[in-house]
Amino acid sequence: MNGVWPKQISRRFLRVWQRNFSVYRMTWKINFLPPLLEPLLYLVAFGIGLQSLVGAVRFQGQTLSYMTFIAPALLSVTIMYNAFFETSYTSFVRMYYQKTFDAMLATPLTLEEIITGEIAWAATRSLIAAALMLTVISFFGLVHYPQTLWVIPLSLLGGAAFAAIGMFFTGLVPNIETFNLPIFLFITPMFLFSGTFFPLENLPGWAQVLAQILPLTHLVNLARAFTLGLWQNRLWGSLLYLVVFTLIFFPLAVARMRRRLIR
Amino acid sequence: MTEPVVETEKLSKFYGDFKAVDGISFQIGQGECFGLLGPNGAGKTTTIRMLYGYTPLSSGSLKIFGRDIRQDLRAVKQHIGVCQQEDNLDPDLSVLQNLLVFARYFDIPRALARQRAEELLRFFALEGRSGANIRELSGGMKRRLVLARALLNEPKLLILDEPTTGLDPQSRHQVWERLEELKTRGLTILLTSHYLEEAARLCDRLIIIDHGRIIVEGAPAELVARYVGREVIEVVAPTEEMRDFLKRQRADFEDLGHRLVVYNQNGDELFIHLAKDFCRRGCTLRQATLEDVFLRLTGRELRE
Ligand SMILES: Nc1ncnc2c1ncn2[C@@H]1O[C@H](COP(=O)(O)OP(=O)(O)O)[C@@H](O)[C@H]1O
Ligand SMILES: [Mg+2]
Repeated sequence: MNGVWPKQISRRFLRVWQRNFSVYRMTWKINFLPPLLEPLLYLVAFGIGLQSLVGAVRFQGQTLSYMTFIAPALLSVTIMYNAFFETSYTSFVRMYYQKTFDAMLATPLTLEEIITGEIAWAATRSLIAAALMLTVISFFGLVHYPQTLWVIPLSLLGGAAFAAIGMFFTGLVPNIETFNLPIFLFITPMFLFSGTFFPLENLPGWAQVLAQILPLTHLVNLARAFTLGLWQNRLWGSLLYLVVFTLIFFPLAVARMRRRLIR
Repeated sequence: MTEPVVETEKLSKFYGDFKAVDGISFQIGQGECFGLLGPNGAGKTTTIRMLYGYTPLSSGSLKIFGRDIRQDLRAVKQHIGVCQQEDNLDPDLSVLQNLLVFARYFDIPRALARQRAEELLRFFALEGRSGANIRELSGGMKRRLVLARALLNEPKLLILDEPTTGLDPQSRHQVWERLEELKTRGLTILLTSHYLEEAARLCDRLIIIDHGRIIVEGAPAELVARYVGREVIEVVAPTEEMRDFLKRQRADFEDLGHRLVVYNQNGDELFIHLAKDFCRRGCTLRQATLEDVFLRLTGRELRE
């Protein structure tokens, strides 16, 4: 990654972030709806519908209502989706169909700043969505204040992680349809098997080990610890995982996009 | 003499074994409108992309405003305006927002950006459209907006890649008028085109490139005089005896089978002779143009 880090990225990446923010602001009403309504749908379907079947969940020696158990998972999934879809489909549209990056490259912006701005924006979207959803969930008394507020900075980190890998795929896929592949092979399994809707302990041993490779598992671990107010020292490992994951996929994403765009 | 605005030396771009741009050297002086002409695939866009740092050079050197582009790319780009070949206006933003957001990439302060944006919209007759969506604009309006956008940073060099391709004659003439006005203000312009009429009208000096190499360089009128003369004769459906006659006369002509083009006519004697003895109809004497030079030098086979 010769010199990607120090020299090519200046504060100017915020200009790219700002461009996306300007567009977002124009349609904020539409953008605000999903994170506000989605938790309600999930809580009604899973919480009320499934709760009678599932009853209570045993988690780390505590007995939780099913709704309390899945609330942090919904937050984590929202963080993942907002960031990943922003840097995959949406960035791809900007790059390939709208030629937005081509236009930017004729200005003092560097490619590194464009990619950084896109990833920073995607992480911001995760943050906005998580904050909105958290507000809704709070009304149901499913989260534990003030520790829950750590979910806000966590959404930026988790958002950055999923934004980086989304951008990495954008640098890789030959066309927009190909995003189905990472979604089918990576995002959907994570959605189901990251300790989201049932505790990981319910899985066979090998599957539990496999789940530790998935970034969403760690995001859910952390979010659940915050919303339940149950911090444990072993969670530093999950935090470290997300940081390292981001630090690996961010330069990889930049390198892939450089190969894709600079000819 | 003042320092050239653009100075290239054996500028080259290779894609594998393929030489898209193969060692071209030229200079553009202060306030000059310089044309880069050539058929499709000649390497015009690739050359231009190297100039604004989009495409890395394979070899050669390139200085803009006296600075090496490889060292000072950001500083150089701050003072270049680029109108790329494809439309890449931001469809997520309105006309005015397109300009305001773009100004931020150059770190132009908000109030100044707004002032310049409004001036430019007026200059390009778009002020009534400032709230419109990009999708509602006609091709000509889009192109004018791209031009306005390229001027936001008050560039010292304006780079235009086929600025009028695909426009109707009215829009094309409107763009030409605006460009002429910019020229009189002393702006240095690099223009690529395959409209020879456009180049002849706007460019002080030009090069014609083909297969990544420079074929010829000069002022439009000078090139016409040098390669095809003041006037040419066109003959439709020529006969064998006419060809023999022209050969005997040692006339400079090109045989296209169903048509002959006779170059370097500096009087009408030959034409009168031809018209009287060989063709009742189908012979025309007309003024030579840059298009004659272009076709003569780059050949007539179709590209791409
Ligand atoms: N990224 C690329 N990879 C391979 N060949 C390319 C690439 N970009 C352009 N070319 C080739 O280089 C040649 C010159 O292209 P271009 O500069 O776009 O021509 P022009 O603008 O004069 O029509 C063309 O034959 C084109 O196919
Ligand atoms: Mg071109």
